[in-house]
Amino acid sequence: MSMVAVTAHGHSLGIVEHPGPASKRIITGYGFWIFLLSDIIMFSCFFAAFAVLMGQTAGGPTGAQLFELRNVAIETIALLLSSFACGMASIAADVRNQFWFQVAMVVTAVLGLAFLTIEFREFASLIARGAGPTRSAFLSAFFTLVGCHGLHVSAGILWLFTMMAQVYAKGFRADIQRRMLCFALFWHALDIIWVAVFSVVYLLGSMA
Amino acid sequence: MNILDPQGPIAAAEKTILIDSIGIMLAIVVPTIVAILAFAFWFRHSNSRAQYLPNWAYSGRLELVVWSIPTLTIILLGGVAWIGSHELDPARPVEGTGPPITVQVVSLDWKWLFIYPDQRVATVNSLTVPVGSPLNLRLTSASVMNAFFIPQLGTILYTMNGMVTRLHLRADEVGDLQGLSAHFSGDGFPEMLFDVHVVSQPAFGDWASNAARTGRPLNADTYKSELLKQSVPKDKTVYHLEDPELFQSIASQRIPPGPGPQLQGPKEAANTGASDVR
Amino acid sequence: MFGKLTLDAIPLSQPIPLIAGGVVLVAILAVLAWVVIAGHLPYLWKEWITSVDHKRIGVMYTLLAMVMLLRGGSDAILMRGQLAIAYQSQGFLPPEHYNQIFSAHGTIMIFFVAMPFVIGLMNFVVPLQLGVRDVAFPTLNSVGFWLTATGALLVNISLVVGEFARTGWLPYPPLSELTYSPTVGVDYYLWSLEISGVGTLVAGINLVTTVLKIRTKGMNYLRMPMFCWTTLASNLLIITAFPILTATLAMLILDRYLGFHFFTNEAGGNLMMFMNLIWAWGHPEVYILVLPAFGIFSEVVSTFSGKPLFGYRSMVLATMAICVISFMVWLHHFFTMGAGPNVNAIFGIASMIIAVPTGVKIYNWLFTMYGGRIRFTTPMLWAVGFMVTFILGGLTGVLVAVPPADFLLHNSLFLVAHFHNVIIGGVLFGVFAGYIYWFPKAFGFRLHEGLGKIAFWFNFIGFYVTFVPLYAAGMLGMTRRMQHYDIYEWRSWMIAAGVGTALLSIGVLFQVAQLVVSILRRDELRDYTGDPWDARSLEWSTASPPPVFNFAVMPEVKTEDAYWEMKAKAAHGEPQPEIHYQPIEMPRNSPTGFVCAFFATITGFSLIWHIWWLVIAGVIGAFVTFVVFAWRDSDEYEIPAAEVERVDRENIAERRSLVTAAGSV
Repeated sequence: MSMVAVTAHGHSLGIVEHPGPASKRIITGYGFWIFLLSDIIMFSCFFAAFAVLMGQTAGGPTGAQLFELRNVAIETIALLLSSFACGMASIAADVRNQFWFQVAMVVTAVLGLAFLTIEFREFASLIARGAGPTRSAFLSAFFTLVGCHGLHVSAGILWLFTMMAQVYAKGFRADIQRRMLCFALFWHALDIIWVAVFSVVYLLGSMA
Repeated sequence: MNILDPQGPIAAAEKTILIDSIGIMLAIVVPTIVAILAFAFWFRHSNSRAQYLPNWAYSGRLELVVWSIPTLTIILLGGVAWIGSHELDPARPVEGTGPPITVQVVSLDWKWLFIYPDQRVATVNSLTVPVGSPLNLRLTSASVMNAFFIPQLGTILYTMNGMVTRLHLRADEVGDLQGLSAHFSGDGFPEMLFDVHVVSQPAFGDWASNAARTGRPLNADTYKSELLKQSVPKDKTVYHLEDPELFQSIASQRIPPGPGPQLQGPKEAANTGASDVR
Repeated sequence: MFGKLTLDAIPLSQPIPLIAGGVVLVAILAVLAWVVIAGHLPYLWKEWITSVDHKRIGVMYTLLAMVMLLRGGSDAILMRGQLAIAYQSQGFLPPEHYNQIFSAHGTIMIFFVAMPFVIGLMNFVVPLQLGVRDVAFPTLNSVGFWLTATGALLVNISLVVGEFARTGWLPYPPLSELTYSPTVGVDYYLWSLEISGVGTLVAGINLVTTVLKIRTKGMNYLRMPMFCWTTLASNLLIITAFPILTATLAMLILDRYLGFHFFTNEAGGNLMMFMNLIWAWGHPEVYILVLPAFGIFSEVVSTFSGKPLFGYRSMVLATMAICVISFMVWLHHFFTMGAGPNVNAIFGIASMIIAVPTGVKIYNWLFTMYGGRIRFTTPMLWAVGFMVTFILGGLTGVLVAVPPADFLLHNSLFLVAHFHNVIIGGVLFGVFAGYIYWFPKAFGFRLHEGLGKIAFWFNFIGFYVTFVPLYAAGMLGMTRRMQHYDIYEWRSWMIAAGVGTALLSIGVLFQVAQLVVSILRRDELRDYTGDPWDARSLEWSTASPPPVFNFAVMPEVKTEDAYWEMKAKAAHGEPQPEIHYQPIEMPRNSPTGFVCAFFATITGFSLIWHIWWLVIAGVIGAFVTFVVFAWRDSDEYEIPAAEVERVDRENIAERRSLVTAAGSV
C-alpha cells in the first residue's frame, strides 16, 4: 500500500469540482418536479388506454355524439385563467404581500371550482343519459382519464385552501414558500395536462 | 410431453433452435465460468505466487474484447431469432400431405372443445387428427385466457375471448400425444389436459363420419347448457355438430362468455367476501 | 355497518391458515408484551418508529424484508411439498388454497421481500457513500417505509380474514375481474399494492434527488461509488415504471368496484391492454431489483479483492444502458399472444441486447478479481456464487428471448426456474452479501463468519437441487401453477425439487441462527474501527454505527474510492487537516409516517370489505395527518458544535488506538 491509489479518472483535464449539496429550495423543487414527471407518466397510461379503447363503444354513443365543445372551451378558459391567477399568487408570495396573495389564491380557487362544476355537471348529464362509464370501454376510459384530472384538480383545491390557511397563520416562512413553489408547479402542470386532455379526448374524440 | 421428442415439423424446428441457441451460449458461458472459478482460486489471499496488481483497473483492449464477446453472440442469436420468428410464425400455414383439416378450438372452464366444421363433429378433451395433414387451428376462449399447447407438436398460443388466434401444426407420426393448457385459468386448471390421437388418413375419415352419425347434438343451446358453466367433465364426449356457425358465435360473443363461479351459499360467500356489487 | 365483513371471514374450518395465523398472532402479542413490560416502548417510539434517520429507516426496511422472506418461503415450502406428493392425488392443498399460496408467494417475494430489501440497503448506504447527512426528504422517507409496511400487513391479514387472490402474482383479466374472481382476494392484492406502490414511488423520488443533488464537495458523478450509480439507475426506473403499475391496478379496481370495462370480456374491454401495461411496469421492475444487487457486488468484489473496480466508466455506461433498454423489452413476456413475427422478433432482439451490458459487468467483476488478493469472507462467497449462478440464469433468459424457443417454454417450469435463477442468484444473493457486508456498519459488530458460510453453502447447493429439476420438468412439458398432475415423468423431478427446498430452508435457518448467535456474542464480534473489511468508500470512514449526523465534517473528495485515498494519505504520514467543528442541524423525528400508514391500513381494509364510512374516515385521517405535519413550527434541531466535537474525537481516538496497535491501517 505504498502507492497512492489514485486512478486516472479523478485527474481529467479541466474538471469542475462538485461544490457540495444543493440548497433546500433547489432540492425541494427538483424532487417535486420528479414527482410531477411520474404523475405525467401515470396520466400517459390513461391516455394510452383511451387511445386503445376509443373505438370500443359497444354499440353505444360515440364521442362525437356526446361531447359539447362549448363547455370544454369554458373549462379551458377557466383553467388557463386560474393558472394566471396562481402565477399572480406566486409573485405576491415572492414579495410577501399577504393581501394580494390571498386574493389571487381565492381567484384561482374560484376558477378551479368553476372548472370542476362544469365537469361534474357534464359527468352527471352523461350518466343520466345512459352514457356512464359502465356503458362501454370507451366511456370507461373517458371517465377515468378526465375524472383523474378532475380528482387532481380537487386535491389541488384542497391543497390551495391549506396553503391559504398556512400563509395566513404563519406568514411567508421559508418552508411555506417552498411548499407554495410546489403547489404552483402542481397547478400549472394540471393545466398542461388539461391541454392534452381536451386535445386528445374532446377534439380528436369528436372527430372519430 | 417431452419437447425434446418432437412429433411434427414445427416442434422439431423449435427444438433445433433451442438446442443450437443453448450450444452457442454455452460456448461463451462455460469458459467464463471456468475463468471465474480459476481466478477466484488463483488470486486467493493465501497464494503468494499470484501477482498482486493493486492499481490495475483499466485496459482498453480488454474493454473491447469484453464488449465484443456478448455483442457478437447476440448478433448471431438475433439472426436466429429473426429468421426463426418468421419461419415459425404460428399464423403461417404448414404444408403437408392430404387435405388440410380445420379445427376450431374453444377453451372453457375447465375443458377443451374441439370443433371440426368441415366434418360436422365436435369433441371434448380429445383431438383426433390425420397424420401428415396440415392442421389449421383457430382458437378462442369462452371465458378467461388459456393457452393451447401440445408439447410434441409445438408452439403454445393464447386463447382469448372475443378474439381468434391462428395456429398451424402438423403431426408426422401415428400415435397418441398429450396436450394441456399452458396458462393458469382458475380452480379447475390442472384438469385441462386433452388427448391427441394421430391416426392414418383413412382412419380419420372413418372416425369423423362415425362421430357425425352417432354423436350427441351440439348447437348453441346444448353448448350453453352442457359446456359453458364451470365444470370438469368426466367423459370425453363426442358431438355431432349441428350448428356450423357455433365457433363464430362464440368468438364474436354472440353467445356471451361463460359465467364465473357459482358460490355454494351465503356462508361461503361470506367466508370469501364475495362481492355483492351490482 | 361492516360492509361485506362478517365473522365467517375467519377461516375456522381451514387448519393451515388458522394455525399459521394463530402462531403469528401469538408471536406478535408475545413480542409486544415483552416490549411494553420491559419498558422498551418509549425507546422504540422515539428512536425507531418516529425516526426520519435514513440509517434507521434502512434497517427497518431490511427487517421487514427478512420477516416477509420467512412468510414467502413458507408458501414455497407448502407449494413444493404439495407438488412432491400430488402425483395422481389431490395432495394436502385443494386448488382454492394452492392457488392463493402461489399468488401470495410471488406477490410477497417481489413486493415485500426483494423491494424492501434493496430499498433498505440503498437507504442505509447511499447517504454515507455520498458523504452527506441524510436523504433529500427524510420525513417522506419514513412515510414511504410505513406505507410499504401497510401493504405487507394487508396481504398477511388476508390469511386470517377473508382470502387472498387466486390469480397468480400478476392478476391477468378476465380471471381477475369480478365475474371470475368474485371474492375479496383480488381486492386485498389490489389495495395492498396501490398503497405500498405510493411508498415505493416516494423512495424513488427521494433517492434520485439525493444522488443527483446531495453529494459532498468534490464528489463528481464519476467519483461516486458504483453502488450509488446503480441506485440512481434503479430509482430512475422506479419513478418511471411504478406510475404504470398504479394506473393499471387502478383500472382493474375501477372495473371491479364501479363496473367499468377496461379489461372485461364484455362491452369492449381489452385484456391484451392489461398485459402490455402490466409488463411495461413488470420488466423494469426486475431491473429495479437486480441493479442494486449488481452495485452491491461491485462494492464487495472490489473490497475483498483489494483492488479498485475494473472498468468503472464501462460499468457506469453498462448500468445506464440497462436502465434505458429495460423499457424496450416488455413484450417478451407474451410472445405467445400472436402479435406477429416482426413484433416478436424485434422485442426478442431487444431482450438479447440487454444481455450485452450485463455480460460486460460480469467480465469487469472477473477482471477486478484478476490481480487481486481475494479474501473469501461470506460476502465474497455470495459474490462468486452469484457470478456463476447469474450467468446460467442469463443464459436461460436469452434462450427464452428467442421467440420460437419461447413457443415451447412459455409459462413452463423452465420459465419458473429461469426467473428464480436470476432473482435468487442475482437479487437474493446480492442482498444477503450486502446485509452481511454492511451489518457491522449498522450495528457495530460483525455477523458470525462460520454460520454465514454454512448458510451460504446450504443456500447455494439448495438452489441448484431445487431449480435444476424444474428446468428438466419444463423440458418435459410441465406448466406452472398446477395444483396436481398425472404425468409420471414429472414426478421424480418434483420430489428432487422438494429435497432442494429442504436444503434452502436449512440455509435460511442458518441465516437466522447466524443473526441470533451474533447478537448473543456481539462483544466478541465488535467492530471498533468502523472499517472491518479494509474497504474503499466513505461509509467506512465513519464509526460503527455512525453518529446520527454521519460525518462531523462532510469530507472533501478528490478521487474515486475516496476513503481508500484518505487511508493512503494517512499511511503516508500526511498531516490530517485541522477540523473546525460547526453545529449541525438535523431533521426532527416525526410520527407522520406511522400515523399516515395507520390511516392507510384502515382505508385499505375498509375498501376491501366495502365499509364505506370507514373509508371516508381513513382518508380524512390521512389528510388531517398531513395538515398537522405541515403545521409544525420547527422541523430541525441543532446539535451544538461541542457535542459534535466530543462524539467525533471519541471515534477518532478509538480508531487511532487500533491503528497504532495493529501497526498499519
